[in-house]
Amino acid sequence: MTTIHGTSKGAPPPAPEELLGDAPGGAAAEARAPGTGRGERLSALAQQHGALAVLVVLTAAASLGFDSFATGDNFSNMAVSSAFLAIVALGMTFVIITGGIDLSVGSLFALGGVLAAWGSRYGTVVALLLPLAVCGTIGLVNGLLIARARLAPFIVTLAAMLAARGLLLTLTDEGAETYLVAEGSFLAELGQGSTLGVAHPVWITVALFAAGAVVLRRTRFGQRVYAIGGNEDAAALMGAPVARTKITVYAVSGLLAGLAGALNAAWLASGVTILGAGMELEAIAAVVIGGTLLTGGLGFVSGSLVGVLLLKVIQNVINQIGSLDSAYQQVVSGAFLAVVVVAQTWLGRRRRVL
Amino acid sequence: MAAPPAREPCPAPSAGDTPPAEVLALRGLTRTFPGVRALDGVSLSLRAGEVRALVGENGAGKSTLIKVLTGVYRPDAGSIELHGEPVRFGTPLEAQHAGISTIYQEVNLIPLMSVARNLFLGREPRNRLGLIDFGRMHREAAGTLSGYGVRADVRRPLRSLGVGAQQMVALARAVSVDARVVVMDEPTSSLEPREVETLFGVVRGLRERGIAVVYVSHRLDELYELCDTVTVLRDGRLVHDGPLAGLDRLSLVAAMLGRELGEVRRKGTTEFSGSHQAAEGEPVLKAEDLTVPHKLHGVSLSIRPGEVVGLGGLLGSGRTETAKAVAGALAPGSGTVAVAGVPLRTGSTPAAIRAGISLLPEDRKSEGIVPGLSVRENIALAALPRLSRLGLVSEARIDSVVETFMRRLRIKASDPHQKVGELSGGNQQKVLLARWLAMNPKVLLLDEPTRGIDVGAKAEVQKLVDELAEDGLGVLLISSDLEELIEGSDRVVVLKDGAVVGELTGDEVTEDLLMRTIAGGAEPALPGGTAPGGEVAGR
Repeated sequence: MTTIHGTSKGAPPPAPEELLGDAPGGAAAEARAPGTGRGERLSALAQQHGALAVLVVLTAAASLGFDSFATGDNFSNMAVSSAFLAIVALGMTFVIITGGIDLSVGSLFALGGVLAAWGSRYGTVVALLLPLAVCGTIGLVNGLLIARARLAPFIVTLAAMLAARGLLLTLTDEGAETYLVAEGSFLAELGQGSTLGVAHPVWITVALFAAGAVVLRRTRFGQRVYAIGGNEDAAALMGAPVARTKITVYAVSGLLAGLAGALNAAWLASGVTILGAGMELEAIAAVVIGGTLLTGGLGFVSGSLVGVLLLKVIQNVINQIGSLDSAYQQVVSGAFLAVVVVAQTWLGRRRRVL
Repeated sequence: MAAPPAREPCPAPSAGDTPPAEVLALRGLTRTFPGVRALDGVSLSLRAGEVRALVGENGAGKSTLIKVLTGVYRPDAGSIELHGEPVRFGTPLEAQHAGISTIYQEVNLIPLMSVARNLFLGREPRNRLGLIDFGRMHREAAGTLSGYGVRADVRRPLRSLGVGAQQMVALARAVSVDARVVVMDEPTSSLEPREVETLFGVVRGLRERGIAVVYVSHRLDELYELCDTVTVLRDGRLVHDGPLAGLDRLSLVAAMLGRELGEVRRKGTTEFSGSHQAAEGEPVLKAEDLTVPHKLHGVSLSIRPGEVVGLGGLLGSGRTETAKAVAGALAPGSGTVAVAGVPLRTGSTPAAIRAGISLLPEDRKSEGIVPGLSVRENIALAALPRLSRLGLVSEARIDSVVETFMRRLRIKASDPHQKVGELSGGNQQKVLLARWLAMNPKVLLLDEPTRGIDVGAKAEVQKLVDELAEDGLGVLLISSDLEELIEGSDRVVVLKDGAVVGELTGDEVTEDLLMRTIAGGAEPALPGGTAPGGEVAGR
């Protein structure tokens, strides 16, 4: 039943090539494929769309259970608060598909916010470009150290996470100083305004995910991202520029984290130093819940979007249950992540990808 | 770099005409690694449409030659000429662009990506927007692959294909990148017989299109079926170069192993005593019908206490796999292993060790020693559970064991706390041997125990093997060194393509007979699958 939800909704396209292929129907083709039975296909479906099914069921249940859940206000709040995490998760999706990890995004998110707010006094252009330039550069350095110096992504991005957090404290005088985004500026409009009843950060997120999906699925760069995560040595022997691809992926991840931070600052009208702590883990969780393999080589951006929404809905539902301490959010999110990873591993073994 | 997948076929070589043009010429290639001259002035020439066999035993320099040819290594000296032009490859990609494609032994593709994406990675067809045109890609992929006998849905992940079909995809990819020379490194090692036929068909198709092929394989039957010419390497040097048709199998094997025909020396330069007291009694190890898909086909063997059984055969004949299957490091699909009559669970190293089987692995660097730990720690590693009580390790007992074995095996270390990584190869090997002897094994499996160690240490290890057998251990000796095998073993079981093809006992254990048996079709060879050692075949 759940899988039917997943496919009929059709939100995450099940690999575009399956839609674009000219060969008629899957039946004949499936009959030829050796050793890939029905069970395996179901496993694949569950792995790709399981999160979406859970999201649909949870949303439907919450709508029935809580009057204040299925309201326009609540939905648009959830959408905006999801937007920032989603942008970070988008970059993380690319990183994880290459088989890497980026722990610096939480710090870069906060740094991007403070830089945007600080820069807003010099105009919108500075306010937007400064965080992108700084965070993109830190991401680029991450990429260089990982791809050229062949250091472990975990360590490199952990170092960047600490360094960016330190930079942040220096900028804000140990957090004592808070920079405000000028009211009525373009930046403020970007964060707080809306078009057609949908907040601007949400529009931006949707546009970025559409672009991300196209890049990942329909460009040679995207194919290389999968190839590197699938088998880095083979990809290199097949002539893929491995280092360049990895560097790009980490630079984009940093860039997107900075952008998300800037938009968040615009939304809050100030750069808040303490934001973004633990956000890297939340982003990783969203990506993994969305069906991307933590070991790389398999994944898709729409899944990450679903993963983010799922985390936010869980949070919201717990808030709706007034009697539950909001600290339980994390317990539930954590437990859910554990269930997802176990399920993914199990499904992956059934599909013989792990 | 959109390479056109199709190209004009070159004129096929035909008798009578002038010989086809030389495509590739390697001249005097030399490549040295620290302490080893892996390639020493090797030359090789390839004409259009030529299928050349490249053979040699372990360490002969085949893989170094391939890596130089495909841009992984740069040669220290010598030159590579492609179509008469000197070339230098810095990366595999440059070699590919120049028209040299390689198919590696292990399929080197991306299992999770679709068949078509694997085939086209890096040169996907694109539409006007610069986006990948999947429709066209799938049509072209299906068209290309049907020429290789692969009829599968190209949109499915590569891993859903059988290994043979995957190998075909790799081949199709290698050829479709506009290859003039295709290097195949043991392409059939994981193929079913039917798939091998398809592969041969493809190779013959390449020959007709004027593409030159370098074919590396240990299976002599394949070479004689497929190849025109042969290059034999040994110890980094070229030892034979010529047409394959004029060369009989025995001469080919002799060239690979570095033996003169008819050269029979019963007593040579090794330290083996030559004979042990006739080993009698029930076999301490009895392995029957060990089968591992693609690797072993019903190998049986038995070893009596005090007996050294040699395991002969060419590289890739299944010697190491047999040892591993016996020691539980490789799970056999079927077959049994029994120690002193007690059957043990196959595919479990702890079970094998408990039963008294110790394996000294071929690659002591990656599978044996822990270089950062001391001699003492390395020796005690496997025996720790035996040397401790209630989970607590008894330092005194370790000291006594370590001291005993360092003296008995004459391990040259400044003291037991010296790091093993600092010792010579021979002493490292002895440390490993000590580790397993400390377990009080009943059966010792030695996989190339003297490879890569100097002459003096080699003699000592050989002497030790003798002594251990005298003490009643059953020893299985794997060695590519014929002399060592013959002088060290009481019996030699010969493997070929993962099956027992013969067994030499007593006076039959001579180099001449051994080489004949390895080459196949020799008289004393027993039919494959007969239980060795005069035991009743347990089927």
